Amino acid sequence: MSALHEKKLKSLEEMANKIRQDIISSLVEAKSGHSAGPLGMADIFTAFYFHILNHDPKKPDWPERDRLVLSNGHICPVLYATLANAGYFPMEELMTLRKLDSRLQGHPHRGSLPGLETTSGPLGSGISQAIGMALAARLDKKKQRIYCLTSDGEHQEGNTWEAIMFAGKQKSKLNNLTVVMDRNNIQIDGFTEEVMPLEPLRDKYESFGWHVIEVSGHDIEEFVAAVNEAKAIYEKPTVIIAHTIPGKGVSFMENDYTWHGKPPKPEEAEIALKELRTLEGRIKSEHE
Amino acid sequence: MLNKSAKLSPKIFDKDIDQKPTRDGYGQGLVVAGEKNPNVVVLCADLTESTRSHLFAEKFPERFFEVGVAEQNLATIASGLGVSGKIPFVSSYATFSPGRNWEQIRTTISYNDSNVKIAGAHAGISVGPDGATHQAIEDIATMRVMANMKVFVPCDAVEAEKATVAAAKIWGPVYLRFGREKMPVFTTEETPFTPGKAEIFWESSGKGSRAKKPQVAIIGCGSLVHNALLAAKDLEEEGIGTMVINNHTIKPLDEKTILEAAERCGAVVTVEEHQVLGGLGGAISELLARKLPMPMEFVGMQNTFGESGEPKELIEKYGMGAKDIKAAVKKVLKRKR
Repeated sequence: MSALHEKKLKSLEEMANKIRQDIISSLVEAKSGHSAGPLGMADIFTAFYFHILNHDPKKPDWPERDRLVLSNGHICPVLYATLANAGYFPMEELMTLRKLDSRLQGHPHRGSLPGLETTSGPLGSGISQAIGMALAARLDKKKQRIYCLTSDGEHQEGNTWEAIMFAGKQKSKLNNLTVVMDRNNIQIDGFTEEVMPLEPLRDKYESFGWHVIEVSGHDIEEFVAAVNEAKAIYEKPTVIIAHTIPGKGVSFMENDYTWHGKPPKPEEAEIALKELRTLEGRIKSEHE
Repeated sequence: MLNKSAKLSPKIFDKDIDQKPTRDGYGQGLVVAGEKNPNVVVLCADLTESTRSHLFAEKFPERFFEVGVAEQNLATIASGLGVSGKIPFVSSYATFSPGRNWEQIRTTISYNDSNVKIAGAHAGISVGPDGATHQAIEDIATMRVMANMKVFVPCDAVEAEKATVAAAKIWGPVYLRFGREKMPVFTTEETPFTPGKAEIFWESSGKGSRAKKPQVAIIGCGSLVHNALLAAKDLEEEGIGTMVINNHTIKPLDEKTILEAAERCGAVVTVEEHQVLGGLGGAISELLARKLPMPMEFVGMQNTFGESGEPKELIEKYGMGAKDIKAAVKKVLKRKR
């Protein structure tokens, strides 16, 4: 993975915008599902699947591929939209989200759909699974990298801290592991710091023996640089705390925790899509 | 009389028969499996010696992972290894794994179809003095209800080793149940063991003794199969013929062997060191209800917790001794039409 030149950065930003539109379209069709988290993570998913990951959508089982584990499975609309755009499966399948006989289960099921590395939904288990993959890569002397995307709310789970403690113990053995935390400050019942305070997250990770980087989750250039920095840290695992805006790109969803677990109604989706196509009014001529 | 083709130990009814815990067989089996396949790895949650995982750890230190007292992490790290070409065995006490980490096993191992083997040691009331907190008597039920999960309950240390080696060769999630206490080693290297195939260990022939042809099928698993055989021997001397089936694989159940035995006998007693709800007895009664309803009695923990005590005392107090199995056989005989 190289640094980003301007043209590539622009194409990634355009892809992230398209993925946001696909998220809205699939959610309105599904009539249930989560809106805020997927929109908030669209930039990071785009960065991974269109720049960072060493992968091949035509060979999803290629053993040498980098692994991306989605721990908080409920944001799968962004994973599905990204995988479809990357070529893992046909775009039209996004409209089957959460429906009977669909490969796009309400929460991801490995084995149902190409490109899924784990089954997830119940929170707090993703970092451990990524650790298992990272240990296997070490045993097999493979060069692949293992990434785990996790939410801030998941850091209320005991399993998460068991994993963080274990990885800290393993030190350099797990420098092939990078965790990305979606720090969007919301969970179902409200703001994380009111429901169950998580801070100081940086200090907590550092005291468990991790390297910590904090970035904006909407600045693809900054995020890619952070992933490159994580690769260069050889003595311990790295967590990138990505500060994101839940519902990013849709004005009436941004920072509103009530959008954690519901889809837009058709009329709301229309407004959302228009905002995304015009970049919240900044572009006059609405484009597809 | 003993089924000759089961090739059981000639000392099976002797007082000085060798005694070993089934967890010893697990430890030996891990080493054998590890020698055969470099992808076998073992994880343990601070119970390395008492689960006998140290035998593997000493031999293959680079393939052994100590996760500390963290059973949820134990299952989920194994999940990641299991989808990456490794064959992880996770060792702990059954009350903790699959007790505490049941959901992690369900989502990340079973539904995720990760090639993980879960070893629950110290299962059953025969854990003894540690008391009810450490006596897993629900684990067969909680593992059996999971789709995509196989469940093995070996009857002695020799069978435990075979089950462990077999689990490494089978693709997919497997639960293996072991005990803490020394128990008679009454099977031999030659005793057949095929996953999913129940074995007839005892069958009253109706010839050369007072016993009639088998009237009750005693279906057992784990440590209590030996008690079932002691009961069958006594019953035969009293003129009651039985069959004793070692049903080491709870899932997938060997329906053919069980239905044939049940049809011949017309009554069934199940024997397990587990709640009578949902375990071996549950599995057999579900099968018979569907295909061949008949009178049944259930020997096991009767919807209660255990307590501290010596293993033998506890087995007697909670109604799982040879005399209790005999009583259950006589009771079910009375219910036969």
